[in-house]
Amino acid sequence: MRILVFEFKEGLIIALRAILSNKIRSILTMLGIFIGVAVVITMSTAIKGIDNSFQSGISSLGTDVMYVDKWAWFTNEEWWKIRNRKNITMEEYSRFKDLVKLPVAVAPVTNTIQTVKFNERRVDNVFVNGSNADYVKTTNFTFAEGRFYSDIESNAARQVAVIGSEIAKKLFPNISPIDRTIKIGGFNYKIVGVLAEQGSFILGPWNPDNQVYVPIETIFKNFFNRSFRSITINVRANGPAMVEETKAEIEGVMRKVRGLTYNQENDFSINQQEGLQQSYKSVVGVIQIAGLFITGLSLFVGAIGIMNIMFVSVKERTKEIGLRKAIGAKKRTILSQFLLESSVICLVGGLAGLIAAIIISLLINQFIPTSIQIDSVFLGIGVSLFTGVISGFAPAYTAAKMDAVEALRYE
Amino acid sequence: MNIIRIEHIAKIYKVGTEEVHALRDVSLNIDKNEYVAIMGPSGSGKSTLMNMLGCLDTPTSGLYLFKGVSVSEMSDNQLANIRNQEIGFVFQTFNLLARYDAIHNVELPLVYAGISKNERRERAKRALIDVGLGDRMNHKPNELSGGQRQRVAIARALVTNPSIILADEPTGNLDSKTGEEIMGLFHEIHQKGNTIILVTHEEYIAEHAARIIRLKDGLIEKDEIVNNRYIPATNEK
Repeated sequence: MRILVFEFKEGLIIALRAILSNKIRSILTMLGIFIGVAVVITMSTAIKGIDNSFQSGISSLGTDVMYVDKWAWFTNEEWWKIRNRKNITMEEYSRFKDLVKLPVAVAPVTNTIQTVKFNERRVDNVFVNGSNADYVKTTNFTFAEGRFYSDIESNAARQVAVIGSEIAKKLFPNISPIDRTIKIGGFNYKIVGVLAEQGSFILGPWNPDNQVYVPIETIFKNFFNRSFRSITINVRANGPAMVEETKAEIEGVMRKVRGLTYNQENDFSINQQEGLQQSYKSVVGVIQIAGLFITGLSLFVGAIGIMNIMFVSVKERTKEIGLRKAIGAKKRTILSQFLLESSVICLVGGLAGLIAAIIISLLINQFIPTSIQIDSVFLGIGVSLFTGVISGFAPAYTAAKMDAVEALRYE
Repeated sequence: MNIIRIEHIAKIYKVGTEEVHALRDVSLNIDKNEYVAIMGPSGSGKSTLMNMLGCLDTPTSGLYLFKGVSVSEMSDNQLANIRNQEIGFVFQTFNLLARYDAIHNVELPLVYAGISKNERRERAKRALIDVGLGDRMNHKPNELSGGQRQRVAIARALVTNPSIILADEPTGNLDSKTGEEIMGLFHEIHQKGNTIILVTHEEYIAEHAARIIRLKDGLIEKDEIVNNRYIPATNEK
């Protein structure tokens, strides 16, 4: 053991001398690993960041919320079959609500895309969500200011609105939006509440931060009538543990409302964010793997660079290797000398790449969320060491098994 | 006691399909504190014999006992240990590491012997002083003259207190005056009780030794004691 520590220490000194004696070449070689590690780590922090954002976004939707809808989010069903389903109506919602017992909240939802204006400021293509006062109980919303619209306001189809944090930022950069009147699709609405940031970058227009919430009856009054399109019924179970049981009840009650006989298929769908997560994973997962693969390629190119340089370095030092062998260096001593050399090059390049990646991550965090994890630090160190050992092995082995007599004769 | 005992060794190289008999049948003994020159024209097998004696190569057949231990049966690591501890090499082209200063070059064999840094430094210093380079310890090879470089190489060979010093044309890259100085150094080293084997093709260099072994075509042509040895004037001290 002591001998190994000694050999390691001496080998390290020899390797450092060799690296320092050829500074420019060493730095250029390190550059390959530097870039490789920097992009791989930046990629992984970006992936982690986007993932975190999606997870927090999706959990703001609530893990225990189900959506009874004409449309299925994910289905193998023929498109036209779903197309021919009956719309879900407000009357069905009322009967459904009276019959279900397990859910803690049930709310009808429709939406429309409109332009929202305040004086000269405007936001186009805003998702305007119409529901009733129970809607807020199907979400995990928190409020920056004000409140959700009340039962009275929603039943009476008042012109009131709750706005998401992004909308508030865009329309009211300096003043409080509460009690201000905005125009939604040309109609006046008074703002009664502003949501706190829900933070779900990945959901885009479905992000609550980018939405406006108004009573469903007001939407029917202003934009289209009740039978214009199918509504969605949002149902919240009493906690994630109750989801399965509640789902069974929903299905039963909905079949009853629809008057389906035992041999008829459901003519509605019960959607869950679980499905959303699955499809997120299947789509984004592929992008993540592709991203890591492509950035990994640059690391691979760096590794080939190291291998190349190490081969040159071994060739160049053939005579030195012969001499070292003649004066008593063993195979493993020569092997470890060159392995240490390539590992040190990779480690230094990798650490520099890691620092660069952290800086880049902090910079792009302004645009895309990134998340620097302690495991990416270890990943960076591990990957660079691994690259060093792998790319150094073939050249080091060549050096170790050189014939001393021939190596000494080499000119 | 025989340090080296060789009985009927042969070495055959394969060059393409042809077999080259570098050594055919060589037997010799070398005792402690001998000063032997191995001579012969190129192709006589003297390099092969030297590599064999230096444990850089093993014979195809025959017996090689180094201090009574058979070398032919040793593993690579054992051979490396023998080279490290028992043999001091001096080469024609010096073979110093350009990026190391003199003292680090001399320390090198001690690194492979696993000796601690302080002791290494101490022993390397002493060896450099012994070869007359006490004031050049921190010079790199390119800051030294040819003669000085060869002295560093000799210090490197001596630093492990080896049983034999194996010098391959040690004056081949030096002018005759410097070469004579180096031969003076070898003489001194021999006087101190060391065993020296010198490989050369130059008669006047070989005549510094006490015994000359002449090789021809892989066989010993003559193994003779030098009657009127040339004793160089030692200008040191």
